[in-house]
Amino acid sequence: MNRKEYKYTVEHEWICPESGNKGKVGLADYAQSQLGDIVFLDLPAPGTQVKQGKKMGEVESVKAVSDIFAPASGQVVEINQTVIDEPGLVNKDPYGAGWLVRLELSKPSELDALMDSDEYDKFVAALSEKESE
Amino acid sequence: MSYHYVLPEISESGKIGCSLPALDVPPTELPPKQLLRQELELPEVSEVELMRYFTALSKLNYGVDTGFYPLGSCTMKYNPKWHEDIARLAGFASIHPLQPEESVQGALQLMFELEEYLTEITGTHATSLVPIAGAHGEFTGLLLVKAYHQDRGDKARKKILLTDSSHGTNPASAVMCGFEIGVVASDGEGNVDMKDLESAMNEEVAALTLTMPTTLGLFDPKILEIGQLVHERGGLLGADGANLNALLGQVKFGELGYDYVQLNLHKTFSTPHGGGGPGSGPVCVKENLADFLPSPLVTKNKGMYKFVSPTKSIGRVANFWGNFGVMCKAYAYIRSLGAEGLKEVSENAVLNANYLKEKLKPYYYLSYDRICMHEVVFSGRRQKAKGVHTVDIAKRLLDYGLHPPTVYFPLVVDEALMIEPTETESKQTLDAFVEAMKEIARDVEENPEVLHTAPHSTPVRRLDDVRAARNPDLRWHMRS
Repeated sequence: MNRKEYKYTVEHEWICPESGNKGKVGLADYAQSQLGDIVFLDLPAPGTQVKQGKKMGEVESVKAVSDIFAPASGQVVEINQTVIDEPGLVNKDPYGAGWLVRLELSKPSELDALMDSDEYDKFVAALSEKESE
Repeated sequence: MSYHYVLPEISESGKIGCSLPALDVPPTELPPKQLLRQELELPEVSEVELMRYFTALSKLNYGVDTGFYPLGSCTMKYNPKWHEDIARLAGFASIHPLQPEESVQGALQLMFELEEYLTEITGTHATSLVPIAGAHGEFTGLLLVKAYHQDRGDKARKKILLTDSSHGTNPASAVMCGFEIGVVASDGEGNVDMKDLESAMNEEVAALTLTMPTTLGLFDPKILEIGQLVHERGGLLGADGANLNALLGQVKFGELGYDYVQLNLHKTFSTPHGGGGPGSGPVCVKENLADFLPSPLVTKNKGMYKFVSPTKSIGRVANFWGNFGVMCKAYAYIRSLGAEGLKEVSENAVLNANYLKEKLKPYYYLSYDRICMHEVVFSGRRQKAKGVHTVDIAKRLLDYGLHPPTVYFPLVVDEALMIEPTETESKQTLDAFVEAMKEIARDVEENPEVLHTAPHSTPVRRLDDVRAARNPDLRWHMRS
């Protein structure tokens, strides 16, 4: 699926809506570039209930440890074992092979509150501008 | 021979490095055979080989005694060797922690007086010397906060507020204490954002932990207002005292509205640190928290010193009495400098940092261009635009024989370089550092490759920290 159809949070997570009220979640390119080389991921076990905007895991890079926030509420149905074994995938392919978890959404309407890709790109452009002031 | 070997690799059967003294105790039977190891593969080397091995290792060490060490937030000042002599006096070094109080009155007197000095320096009411590290002191401070609210019957306060420039230990200590974390933003000048604090400071907040000066090396001029707001809403104000070196003898935490402050004797009061300890992290508290202090405190009664436990003490937080050796050195430091000397410490620490700030400002981006305290935070963003990152600058400094500053912290500054020169450095040393930083800034423009591949002159070149973190291999692979 094209990342244009993903939804984004202000914390730089993305969620890709899938059939059956599911959604695949990952970190946006901006997040991985700010974090630098990612060395460890702590993801919620399948079965865990997560809540929109609440912490669901941690990502550790050589620079810092940051929280991962759930972009929507629901239950974790699958985690990407490949990315746990090879966290560098988040740097290499944040929107593809570097996905983190798959959620079964309890309130799909929550996605309406997130940014679409155009809004998100503008949001990131504004951040980058602020950075190079 | 390089240091790339370990003793078993040069071991040869039959070499002997020591001769055992004559037996001066009665011979005794060995324990039963099944309790004895059949083989114990101790390396067999000669004395001179052993000496060369350790001398080679010692030469690889870098410390304050070797060169400039401007590691921000760590206060790597020179530790006078005389303090070591004091701590090694038999009356301090050869006593046992379980000796009767009457037989260690001198040691107790030192602890009692050190408690009093630290109470005086911080403008508080009482001090516990027990915590054995900075973060342990923070943790103890938060246990006091918890005990204080519980004692008042206020069970709703589950949250500790921190600023976005906090030391990493601040949230860690709070979580270890069972608190939730709330983060207060910094405003455009690097101070606490009062609007943000206003909205975050509610009846769930147990305390605000605020380093002063902040980890941006800045003094927040609204500190009294901050304390007032926190107290009006029923919370406490606690300080991470890591940056006391900027305030020593100038202003007291108690007068700034703080209810407690944790100190790092191993930073401010000049005892060796950086190798993982031993540290000492006393907690100084106002009257409202004094009854909860950990056990024991030292009191003086009719000329005799003894250990006591405060009435509502949270109990013990460490075994025995804390790291006594560090207390001896801190005591020697305070006594040798005196009140006037301690004041000069902070004056020179702040002067040195501002000197570096002004000298380096033309070459490195200053995120908050105002008078700094004991440390100054630059951003490597100008260099980043040329493809050179702060990590490259830090690695290049190694080629000049200098220890790099703290990098990538605080997190609120992009590509941060946090420089704390301390008061013990001369203008000559600071100028040499400035020259190195200027040359590096020039190399960013003219010869960036030399930065990307730095360091060039160290025993090992740039380490692959990504691979080390992803595939840690902590075993030495022996040459057979």
